[in-house]
Amino acid sequence: MSKETPLWEVFIRPRNGLSHKHCGSLHAADEIMALNAARDTYTRRGEGLSIWVVPSKAIFASDPDQIEENFEPGVDKVYRHPTFYEIPEEVGHM
Amino acid sequence: MYSQGLIGADSATTETEEFLAKFQARIDREEKIEPNDAMPAGYRKTLVRQIGQHAHSEIVGMLPEGNWITRAPSLRRKAALLAKVQDEGGHGLYLYSAAETLGVTREQMTEELLSGKAKYSSIFNYPTPTWADIGTIGWLVDGAAIMNQIPLCRCSYGPYARAMIRVCKEESFHQRQGYEAVMKLCQGTEEQKQMAQDAFNRWWWPSLMMFGPHDADSSHSEQSMKWKIKRFSNDELRQKFIDATVPQAEYLGLTVPDPDLKWNPEKNNGKGGYDHGEIDWDEFWRVVKGHGQMNRDRIKARNKAWDEGAWVRDAALAHAEKRAARQQKQAAE
Ligand SMILES: [Fe+2]
Ligand SMILES: [Fe+2]
Ligand SMILES: [Fe+2]
Repeated sequence: MSKETPLWEVFIRPRNGLSHKHCGSLHAADEIMALNAARDTYTRRGEGLSIWVVPSKAIFASDPDQIEENFEPGVDKVYRHPTFYEIPEEVGHM
Repeated sequence: MYSQGLIGADSATTETEEFLAKFQARIDREEKIEPNDAMPAGYRKTLVRQIGQHAHSEIVGMLPEGNWITRAPSLRRKAALLAKVQDEGGHGLYLYSAAETLGVTREQMTEELLSGKAKYSSIFNYPTPTWADIGTIGWLVDGAAIMNQIPLCRCSYGPYARAMIRVCKEESFHQRQGYEAVMKLCQGTEEQKQMAQDAFNRWWWPSLMMFGPHDADSSHSEQSMKWKIKRFSNDELRQKFIDATVPQAEYLGLTVPDPDLKWNPEKNNGKGGYDHGEIDWDEFWRVVKGHGQMNRDRIKARNKAWDEGAWVRDAALAHAEKRAARQQKQAAE
């Protein structure tokens, strides 16, 4: 094989008001063909209202080996959650 | 298929009656408007102004509370305050991003804040002289913000509505930590209780002003309601806030600094609610126009942070350029 066809990540907005959600990828020569292929592949059964395609090489991901150091600090900070604070029931929802 | 860039796509619209009617019909069907959709220039402008002001408010709002981080009375309070102020910075970011989907740049917005041209919520132009101010801000100011922000989760503009859902999820902790801090003061010594009452006295009226002028004097309100950017009027939201907050103050044994406040069983279609005294709108406009106690200080602090951060931004860009050049060289070898 001589030339590679670029890879695209496909994001679909499933319903009005929701954000686009990643649903897969595909190969296409340019963004117009990528959008066409995404429509034909990923929205045949009413899956969405809008498509984004992003060149896969434009996506940078966090390192899975760093899961703990990246995300653990967000778990043990209980004081970031509303339930950490004791609010008497009498004063109503807060 | 036709493709569009996400930001900066040609946004010019010819606003024929037919176009405007079609747009309004979408709004009336509760459809969300998204960045690539055609929209009237006025809708775009209103949102850029409102979301920008909201973002600035989150950022400037970090200052009065940031003032107390190093002096919080315990580790528990310090951790909570630090986390809250960090959240507010995040809220600013969510909102600036939502505004950017409308074609305004971050540089433009930053420039307008630093030059003093942009507005932000006047509440942050009041000082925080005591620790009780911090609890009171969480309770009242975040409480009022929540009242305002919950209906914004259903705003007709998709990116703003989604940003607000994220923000609202985080706000509940802000109000609760504040109320808890005030409660501790109210359960403390006579002096502590006095401190809580004093802060409450100073923040009560400015909190009511956060909802904006009375409906009759609110210039943009009607169109915003029609476009479903706003869901409730200023006075409706203010009333909800008062009705929710007065019992919270009573529980703490604090006195609402309004001699005209009284329960009216007829209010809210017979459900009852509080009548309140006259709001000092002269004070409100004075602070809006830049003559509050802290207006100059706040802008000065933002400018200082911006100026002192210049070398960091420059260094980061220089580093990125160097890295890119190195990678290019490696690829060429
Ligand atoms: Fe916030
Ligand atoms: Fe807010
Ligand atoms: Fe907050």
